[in-house]
Amino acid sequence: MEETNKAYSRRSFLKVTTISGGGMMIGFSWLMSLKPNELAANTLSINELVEFNGYLQITTDNKIKIFCPNPEFGQNVMTSLPMIIAEELDVDWKSCSIEQAPYDVKLYKRQFTGGSNSIRQAWKELRTVGASARQMLVLAASTAWDVPQEELTTQMGVVYHSNSGKSAAYGELASAAAKLPIPINTTLKKNSDFAILGKPQKNVEGLKIVTGKPLFTLDYHTEGMLIAMAQHPPSFGLKLKSFNAEELLKEPGIKEVFSIKVYEDDFQRALFDTRTFNELVIVVGNSTWEVLRARKKLIAKWEAISESKEVVSVFGTRKEELIPAGLENTDSQYAKMIEVSKKPAKLLRKDGNPELAFEQAKQILERTYTAPFLAHNTMEPISCFAHVTQDKAEFVAPIQAPDFIAPTIAARLGIPKENIAIKLARMGGGFGRRAYGHYMVEAGIISQKINAPVKLIYTREDDMTYGIYRPMYSVTYRAAIDANKKLIGLHVKGGGLPESPVHENRFPAGAVDNYLAESWEVPTNLTIGAFRAPRSNFIASAEQSFMDELSEVLEKDPIDFRIELLKRARENPVGKNNEYDPSRYIGVLETVKEKSDWNNLKLSNKKYGVAAYFCHQSYAAHVIELHITDGLPVVEKVTTAIDCGIVVNPEGAKNMIEGAVVDGIGTSLFGNLTLKKGKPDQQNFDKYRMIRHREAPQQIDIHFIKNEIDPTGLGEPPFPPVIAALANALYKAAGKRFYNQPFQKDLDT
Amino acid sequence: MIRKIDLKINAKIHSIEADENMPLLWAIRDLIGLKGTKYGCGIGSCGACTVHLDGVAVRSCQLPLSAIENQDITTIEGLSETGEHPVQKAWLELDVAQCGYCQTGQIMNASALLKDNPNPTDEDIDIFMSGNICRCGTYTRIKKAIKLASKK
Repeated sequence: MEETNKAYSRRSFLKVTTISGGGMMIGFSWLMSLKPNELAANTLSINELVEFNGYLQITTDNKIKIFCPNPEFGQNVMTSLPMIIAEELDVDWKSCSIEQAPYDVKLYKRQFTGGSNSIRQAWKELRTVGASARQMLVLAASTAWDVPQEELTTQMGVVYHSNSGKSAAYGELASAAAKLPIPINTTLKKNSDFAILGKPQKNVEGLKIVTGKPLFTLDYHTEGMLIAMAQHPPSFGLKLKSFNAEELLKEPGIKEVFSIKVYEDDFQRALFDTRTFNELVIVVGNSTWEVLRARKKLIAKWEAISESKEVVSVFGTRKEELIPAGLENTDSQYAKMIEVSKKPAKLLRKDGNPELAFEQAKQILERTYTAPFLAHNTMEPISCFAHVTQDKAEFVAPIQAPDFIAPTIAARLGIPKENIAIKLARMGGGFGRRAYGHYMVEAGIISQKINAPVKLIYTREDDMTYGIYRPMYSVTYRAAIDANKKLIGLHVKGGGLPESPVHENRFPAGAVDNYLAESWEVPTNLTIGAFRAPRSNFIASAEQSFMDELSEVLEKDPIDFRIELLKRARENPVGKNNEYDPSRYIGVLETVKEKSDWNNLKLSNKKYGVAAYFCHQSYAAHVIELHITDGLPVVEKVTTAIDCGIVVNPEGAKNMIEGAVVDGIGTSLFGNLTLKKGKPDQQNFDKYRMIRHREAPQQIDIHFIKNEIDPTGLGEPPFPPVIAALANALYKAAGKRFYNQPFQKDLDT
Repeated sequence: MIRKIDLKINAKIHSIEADENMPLLWAIRDLIGLKGTKYGCGIGSCGACTVHLDGVAVRSCQLPLSAIENQDITTIEGLSETGEHPVQKAWLELDVAQCGYCQTGQIMNASALLKDNPNPTDEDIDIFMSGNICRCGTYTRIKKAIKLASKK
């Protein structure tokens, strides 16, 4: 059995209270925070408990309720995080009822969904919570029966004393357990004893989803609620000049039309405060349809922005951002990238003597890869409910990072942060877009102004043209090859609008004697945001395509070539700070080689490609088999190997990986946000092509590497390498390489 | 033009007063209060708003109230509120959903398919379901669930 010994006081980490009417309630602070539960036990009633957050609740009739702290956007933490508690608590998973905890600044320090971090961060803490409760229940039984604790066992929510044949359900012991001191040392289960973890569990919200229960922000309704929509400039590089709402106000159901400033001029924003347009025209009415219709009668005039600088606080570091004036075109953006990429760039890392290696090279392979801006296109468009009164603000919102936007809302509305309540609605997709809560600030301002509860709704067009896109990128790889077909130097120089995608400490850094990594940036007045595996989602596609082409030039098998380099990085690494574990990386490559029947693939007529990548502490490798029909790939089979440490919920994990595979194929084939004079060419799904049923793979086989490593990330890691695996397979099928996303453009020619 | 309209939804008559140009989607969601039918795009391109009109799958965001007479409208709530419909059961058995936002539209479209074509091939499914987008990428699960439901 594993023992955990915490340095901090356990009394402040867990506070146990007796529920009036009997039972036990444990409050805990998630994610290493030490905020104690401040509730007074004797004011509680069973009904009130349903309102509380972050609690494990056991009632006298043996009902177990577990709250999930992190917001849900389809990654299924609502199932996996409570599973961890239930496991250590040692209860029947089927007897647990699960609820979403609201964001509550009084009780939580951090409720963040993103960076493939939820399980990673909460793993040890949640196990401790469940185990502590279990130990207290055991102690309660030991006291009641006057027997040593060591003679007691638990199983499925019951404490047993086999010597005497006594047993008691947790519910019977809960009230007594609540009065006991919290254990200082907690014994965690052996991984091999897991009864819930590592076994496939179904989505706890499955039934609600298939029966259409109102789970999403767009479904939220309350009495007296008004509807608001926000008109933003039609192009990036424009701002509001004036508007005329005379005709609009005559329309049925319309109450008010006014403009708002999202932030005041002196506002110092932090990373997640991104907003594209600071001044919006707001139309408020009684119902969605009335506002949608009437809005067309709004007459607004726009004018060009001037160049400006904004200071952004990025996790404490202040960065200055240049926002250029002008109406940008996609063609000129690509041209600008080419221009800047030829200039001297910022040195990220240098090992050995790359200049000399390239001078001495017998052959140099140089390739450039590009990818466009992407819109996140979450299935549920942006929306937010807000009800702001004199000194309180209540939100129902789809938000990945409530804790990052809450201080901004507080400052903007002039309401104390502790008076801001946010109900974390289930999100119809996140992908990084919903880490930026500008729509919460907007809804709050509107509600405060009209003094009424309001739901702000973005139409699909509003959403798709708003910005906060995945950046546009370009990267050039150069390989120096000597007379013996040995790789002696590697140079990666990459950049984008507005940021570089280069991860200089990732493979193949560490495996090449002479290595140079550089980056450059081009400012833009488009806004960008995290998009499923930021930077990795592009650089992996370029790097792994280049590795494929390089292995061909070196006349090596693409998997063996990577493994050869990884072995070098493991046995005799070059340089410092190599960010990956070569053994785990080799592991997924060897597994995907075996499971895809790689050696037979090579002998067949099949068109296939491989790619692998490391990010968010996990390792993923894919082999894609396809053929091309009518100018589009038909993906027959994807074989995937994943090392994400201990897999908490294999069912949810597999679903998410399948989704990442589909997402990678769709994004790289079709994803494309282009502009003319600052105006997006794509405003809805008629022009922005999404992957559909017929383009999804026919078969996806997933293999998890079994190990005892604490869980590492999974939401993002499978996604980046899909794109290069596809590109490498397309090369075999089409007889040419694909360097520029979206690939579909080059498939037609 | 605002007028009185009777809509037969899930075997119940709802008498409402609404703009006859209002798409059925907003009548269902805002006037009648059934939230299972979703808004995804408003241009009939994503399928999230799919309902049945006399058993046929239609995109309710594209159907103005003026075009509806006495047809039976079925929403997800009308399939089964407790998840007893074979398609819903298959969805649950195969743990299809991720974020879940598109799924009611997928289920409504799939159930219409199975009514007309109880044993669809992969190609039938691909073609019939091509109007339903899933951003989370649950397509392979949806296909398996449709086939599972067809066996029930």
